[in-house]
Amino acid sequence: MAKNINKAISGKRGDSVRSDCYFEIELTNSGGIKLDIKSKVQSMYGESIKEMILGMSKFFGLKNAKILCEDNGALPLVLAARFELAVKRLLPDLKKEYLLPIIKQNLYSTKKDQLRRSRLYLPGNEPKFFVNAGLHSPDGIILDLEDSVSPSEKDAAQLLVRNALRSVDFYNSERMVRINQLPKGLDDLKFIIPHNVNVILVPKCESAEQIHLLEKEVDRLKKRYKVQNPIYFMPIIESALGVIKAYEIATASNNICSLAIGLEDYTADIGTQRTNEGRESIFARQMLINAAKAAGIQAIDTVFSDVSDMEALRQSVIEAKSLGFEGKGCIHPRQIQVVHEAFAPTVEEIEKAKKIVFAFEEAEKKGLGVVSLGSKMIDPPVVKRAIRTIDLAILNNLLDKNWRE
Amino acid sequence: MKLVKNAAGRLVPTEVNGLQQVPFRGVNKYKPTGNKAKPPIRTCIDYPTDGNKVVKDLKTALKKAGLKDGMTISTHHHLRNGDVVTNILFDVVKEMGIKNIRWFPSASFPVHSHLIKYLEDGTIHHIEGSMNGPLGKFTTEGKMKGVGVLRSHGGRYQSIQDGEVHIDIAVIAAPTADPFGNATGDRGKSACGLIGFALADSEYADKVIVVTDNLVPFPCVPWQIQGNNVDYVVEVETLGDPAKIVSGTTEVTKSPDRLLIAEYVAQFLDESGIMKDGFSFQAGAGGTTLAFAVYLKERMKKKNVKARFIRGGSTKYLVQMLEEGLTDYILDGQTFDLEGVRSMRENAGHVNTSPFTSYNFHGKGNFASMVDAAVLGATEVDVNFNANVVTHSDGYLLHGIGGWQNCLFSKCTILAIPTFRDRIPVIVDEVTTICGPGELIDVIATERGLCINPKRKDLLKAMKNSSIPIIDIKELKKEIDAICGGAPAKPKVNKAKVVAIVKWVDGTVLDSVFEIKNV
Repeated sequence: MAKNINKAISGKRGDSVRSDCYFEIELTNSGGIKLDIKSKVQSMYGESIKEMILGMSKFFGLKNAKILCEDNGALPLVLAARFELAVKRLLPDLKKEYLLPIIKQNLYSTKKDQLRRSRLYLPGNEPKFFVNAGLHSPDGIILDLEDSVSPSEKDAAQLLVRNALRSVDFYNSERMVRINQLPKGLDDLKFIIPHNVNVILVPKCESAEQIHLLEKEVDRLKKRYKVQNPIYFMPIIESALGVIKAYEIATASNNICSLAIGLEDYTADIGTQRTNEGRESIFARQMLINAAKAAGIQAIDTVFSDVSDMEALRQSVIEAKSLGFEGKGCIHPRQIQVVHEAFAPTVEEIEKAKKIVFAFEEAEKKGLGVVSLGSKMIDPPVVKRAIRTIDLAILNNLLDKNWRE
Repeated sequence: MKLVKNAAGRLVPTEVNGLQQVPFRGVNKYKPTGNKAKPPIRTCIDYPTDGNKVVKDLKTALKKAGLKDGMTISTHHHLRNGDVVTNILFDVVKEMGIKNIRWFPSASFPVHSHLIKYLEDGTIHHIEGSMNGPLGKFTTEGKMKGVGVLRSHGGRYQSIQDGEVHIDIAVIAAPTADPFGNATGDRGKSACGLIGFALADSEYADKVIVVTDNLVPFPCVPWQIQGNNVDYVVEVETLGDPAKIVSGTTEVTKSPDRLLIAEYVAQFLDESGIMKDGFSFQAGAGGTTLAFAVYLKERMKKKNVKARFIRGGSTKYLVQMLEEGLTDYILDGQTFDLEGVRSMRENAGHVNTSPFTSYNFHGKGNFASMVDAAVLGATEVDVNFNANVVTHSDGYLLHGIGGWQNCLFSKCTILAIPTFRDRIPVIVDEVTTICGPGELIDVIATERGLCINPKRKDLLKAMKNSSIPIIDIKELKKEIDAICGGAPAKPKVNKAKVVAIVKWVDGTVLDSVFEIKNV
């Protein structure tokens, strides 16, 4: 264990920093807490920042310390995470957690077959993007602890993501976290499981054992923190081995809601370049779709990384949809609406779905066991699909809520 | 300083810089009577018959114009942050040993922080115009000798016309001019578009000096400023930095939240029925309002709707709409990019306007109230829809009013603003400084949805089934306070010292800006 550390820093400083802050804590032998706050919002929130830091110092048992805070308009959840981090870098054995109240808007759970057309990746250590992400109405928001966070700031992102899960309004988007690659990712779980995460994204997944390992730890933490809401897993397949094992992974746990593909790493793994046409990944994508469907879960496509080309994004989603994918990764909020529009059913699909639903309701009314449309029999999965098409059409304003009238 | 409470409930002084003031009485409640101010009679025989009014330099011109202590000098902001003329002008004033000038710009920019030393040494007594950036800080900290006066573009015209401000010497920077004094802004290496802000000054000032870096033989066509009103012409090497006078190209915002706001505004115009054949709107050159124009254009094309006119601040985006036939006219108040300047030169449908046509309180009507929708910004809005554009929540002066107050008279005024910036709430209990009464503000468009002024029942009804969230402004404020960690504390000000006043469009005093304590 680290000894003789008496100074620690956290956060970000400098003129270009916005909505974040920087802390330096130096332990001293006497003199109590000496606080030096330089805040861009001094006249508006200077007092409240001071109160928070003194309160937290007391909470963590800091008695004598020199504390420097350089604040560039950080929200309270950010200030708290950065301060806690500096304290914990100073006192690594400290177990206490400074938890902000969990806001009631966030106490929802999701379903295994939840719509997952769009998932918006947010770097886990970049708080300025958190608060308004839900306003852009993605189906899911991913707070990322993996690739977007530098190795030296993993501890910072864990605290920030924990605080965000508790006090950022997700506006009904599914609350997702991408943990680090297993087994390292197991360390991330205690920062998310007790705070109502809905879906855990598991990067670079290559075997059922990894999922088993994850599930065991998740179950343990759920019990310990008395978590009732379901927590689903979305393994991300990003390697040749993962593709070959796709079905094994898809069926490794009943909590797996979807399989996603990550093509940047996959193409590197098979020794090629990612192209717009995507011929190099067609096998992997089809394999993954087939495995997912065989397991009865969703197949989710990779992210689209050119944020300036909305037309190419639209084409890419239309292609993904035609292959059997049900979702796409987004790295910019402006991509979300385009993704939703491209996944939306066509006029023909809506008309067909309406007929099927009518036929189904008619059959139910008459107590018929078999649904038929014209001379064709309709299987239950087709009805289910039709209902989903109708739901999607309503969501995209292509069909009125009261379409039956 | 004696303060009284005005009709907006604000404490305002009854005397400023030795002049009696009328406290704000309410919107459309104050109508001065009598005659307009008038310039002295001039006779052409006193001017060179060959039309050559060129003098050696600015100092000569100022001497001939009879510059004395305590006079009022006006300048204009069409060179924006690229302006060097105003700074050189005051270097000369200082060199001449003149003191206590009232500087009457149509607006100031950060480049004018050069003048702080002249405010300190008494060359300039005070500013009546906008006090931006460093000048705003200087003023708010109580360092200016006199009290600043902030006016809208229309209010500036009004104050000249009803005699409140008498300009002794107007210095008009002109990107192109002839020796007679005819001047234009739409061409020359320092082209800025139009110079309509100088119109009142050219007509009412005792002496008018045109400064140009592109002197052409008579006639300079078009003559946005008429040489018949000009006393002296000065040729200089350069008016300033062309890259800062107009941007090469203005760009829409990349911020996803601002784009969402812009999209909501366009959707609102469409769904509320404002966007229909023959309609009109005004949009500025801020990143959000530019994006709004882009989204509105998509909707207009989709529905095959054409506007009769668009009020600028023109930019390439408005120019594209004009050139693609989506509007008959751009009525331009100031030109923000090179495409705007080109269009103004080449397209008869791109018309230049002035604060007289657009905003003037003492005209027989003006354009502002004829616009169907105006999309504007604000630094703060309170739960009664009152808005602030001149100070920030920390109490510091940071922006001018521009045409903002005047535009509030449009048929539907929309403020497109984020609900908070970093940690600073934009929706507040009470604005730090009131610049626009809430009764004139119809819609607050934010990334969280729209707040519609309860008195606009028609709009509330029209938007009932919209997919845009329609939010009660008090609820929105609660949500924002929760995000930011409580309502912000008010700045600590010295209520005994007014550092600037905000005028309403009719010349009455709407609010005071107080000195910030402990700096």
